[in-house]
Amino acid sequence: MAEAMKQMNMIQAINSALDIKMSQDPDVLVFGEDVGYFGGVFRCTAGLQEKHGLHRCFDTPIAEGGIIGVAVGMAAYGLRPVAEIQFADYIYPGYDQIASEAARLRYRSNGEFTAPLTIRTPVGGGIHGGQTHSQSPEALFTHIAGLKTIIPSNPYDAKGLLIKAIEDNDPVLFLEPKRLYNGPFSGDPHMPARNWSKHELGEVPEGHYTIDFEKARLHREGADLTILCYGTMVWVAEAAVEATGVDADIVDLRSLMPLDLDAIVKSVNKTGRCLVLHEATRTSGFGAELIAEVQQHCFYALETPIVRVTGWDTPYPHALEWEYFPGLERVSEAITRIMED
Amino acid sequence: MAAPKKIIKKTTKKELLHLYREMLLIRRFEEKAGQLYGMGLIAGFCHLYIGQEAVVTGVNAAIKDGDQMITSYRDHGHMLALGMSARGVMAELTGRSGGYSRGKGGSMHMFSVEKSFYGGHGIVGAQVPIGAGLGLANKYLDNGKISTVFFGDGAANQGQVYEALNMAQLWKLPTLFIIENNQYAMGTSIARSTAQKDLYKRGLSFGVKGVQVDGMDVLAVRDATKKAAAHARSGNGPMILEMMTYRYRGHSMSDPAKYRTREEVSEMREDHDPIDMAKNRLLKEKWADLDALKAVDKDIKSIVADAVEFAKTSPEPDPSELYTDVLLEVDA
Repeated sequence: MAEAMKQMNMIQAINSALDIKMSQDPDVLVFGEDVGYFGGVFRCTAGLQEKHGLHRCFDTPIAEGGIIGVAVGMAAYGLRPVAEIQFADYIYPGYDQIASEAARLRYRSNGEFTAPLTIRTPVGGGIHGGQTHSQSPEALFTHIAGLKTIIPSNPYDAKGLLIKAIEDNDPVLFLEPKRLYNGPFSGDPHMPARNWSKHELGEVPEGHYTIDFEKARLHREGADLTILCYGTMVWVAEAAVEATGVDADIVDLRSLMPLDLDAIVKSVNKTGRCLVLHEATRTSGFGAELIAEVQQHCFYALETPIVRVTGWDTPYPHALEWEYFPGLERVSEAITRIMED
Repeated sequence: MAAPKKIIKKTTKKELLHLYREMLLIRRFEEKAGQLYGMGLIAGFCHLYIGQEAVVTGVNAAIKDGDQMITSYRDHGHMLALGMSARGVMAELTGRSGGYSRGKGGSMHMFSVEKSFYGGHGIVGAQVPIGAGLGLANKYLDNGKISTVFFGDGAANQGQVYEALNMAQLWKLPTLFIIENNQYAMGTSIARSTAQKDLYKRGLSFGVKGVQVDGMDVLAVRDATKKAAAHARSGNGPMILEMMTYRYRGHSMSDPAKYRTREEVSEMREDHDPIDMAKNRLLKEKWADLDALKAVDKDIKSIVADAVEFAKTSPEPDPSELYTDVLLEVDA
């Protein structure tokens, strides 16, 4: 029997994942700034308090270190807290709790204690948030051993990966590209906005399902170029491939740590060319890690140098947002350049 | 320091002998750890609890099995008080596979599910919101347990502590915030680091009640903790207990403690020592004579000697342990 499907945007898909896990497992609690009564600034937790009660979905003080610290304590005692940090830009006061506590509990307790918590937080720009509401800090977390870092690019993946994250026995940082909440984004703000209502990846099972970490998704299959990307940049890559007419593999990594190296190597060995994309700043970004792995594992298959297109090494500007954002134009140019090389 | 209390506190022969023994175990264990450090058998960081024994011993006497305990890096005493094995703690100090964290945690990072001990945390103050989280878990599960969160006077100036206090009072968490005020944040005296030196008042703006306790008197600690535990356990929310105590040694082994006078230290050792205080009462009540106390000491020394032998001979962890317990999948 075919499973019941429903068209959802990414907010609804995330809400559905939380609702399902809260219904299935009394150990799952959802909390954060404005997540309870208000339902979250992006509405991801709307209705959960009403349905599951004040003790299961609640508001916290504006205190990110405290929120994550409390979640670590609850998780160490066997609960499965899902904490929301309202914007990834606010996560830094809680960084100590993530890096020094959540990620380290298993290692330093001889495996006796774990921290099965999930931290959800919106990342990325494209909403004129300026430097404190637009950042993509994923590399600060992939650098931490003992932590998993996930970033979906569409409603279907968001739900399956979030359920997986909540069920996972390790701490998971779940990054939600906020520009994709309502629809795919080409990277060109002048193109008409699309939404998920007619997109096949907005077609989401109503019930429970999971997507394994460490499994990249081949977003588009091609022969001549491999584009490694995640989150918002998957959609920019798609638009740029259409604009340039290059036949490219678009690999949506989805899980940065653990990383699906096999899928990456397989694709680059096939195409011989590799473009790496991320919205985050360039230096020491996750792209550097990808490039290191590709050159080591695919050196003899590479026909051209690996190229990356990223945000600039600057704070995320408010006024020059589209100059900072590695949009359709810059990605298309890079594709053309690689193919001419 | 809080003035020594004149009131004679109730206890029994059995209880006081037990508390005396517990404190002496911590003292002898720590003395030995200090020696092993000097001999190069313990590397890195090692924060001794000598002088503060009455705090954790008195607290432990007042809480119940299953109540959680979480503390900072000065954690050896807490583990011994909870009944974790001296062997396992000492072998962790020497970085051996028989240690509680197979040698990978070290002095500051040990845990026990069995004893509800949640570490052992090397970042000043980081354990405090985690301890509030344990309280929130207790409240959510309605399990009747309380969490006890230990931190020092230095950590009392960390911002995280106030996030945790606010949440704990807001949500009426069954959590005791136990400040071990040993007067020095590493080498900085409380007078030089702290605007409001009465740390038990630090929760007042959140409505968290606090009391100051003579932390050198194990029975005073026991009594204050019993009251506070009853308060927290019956749904009234958290409390702060400021334990006025003193560490005789430096902050860590590399600290010669030149920021205080020799006289200050010897005054504390001679007039306020928690173990001497218990010993004098035992003798005065004729619950033990000197021979009996010597026998206790001998027994404890043999436990510590056994732990040392174990910690010297337990093998170092295999290099394959490097990648175990990072993430669940890796060690499967």
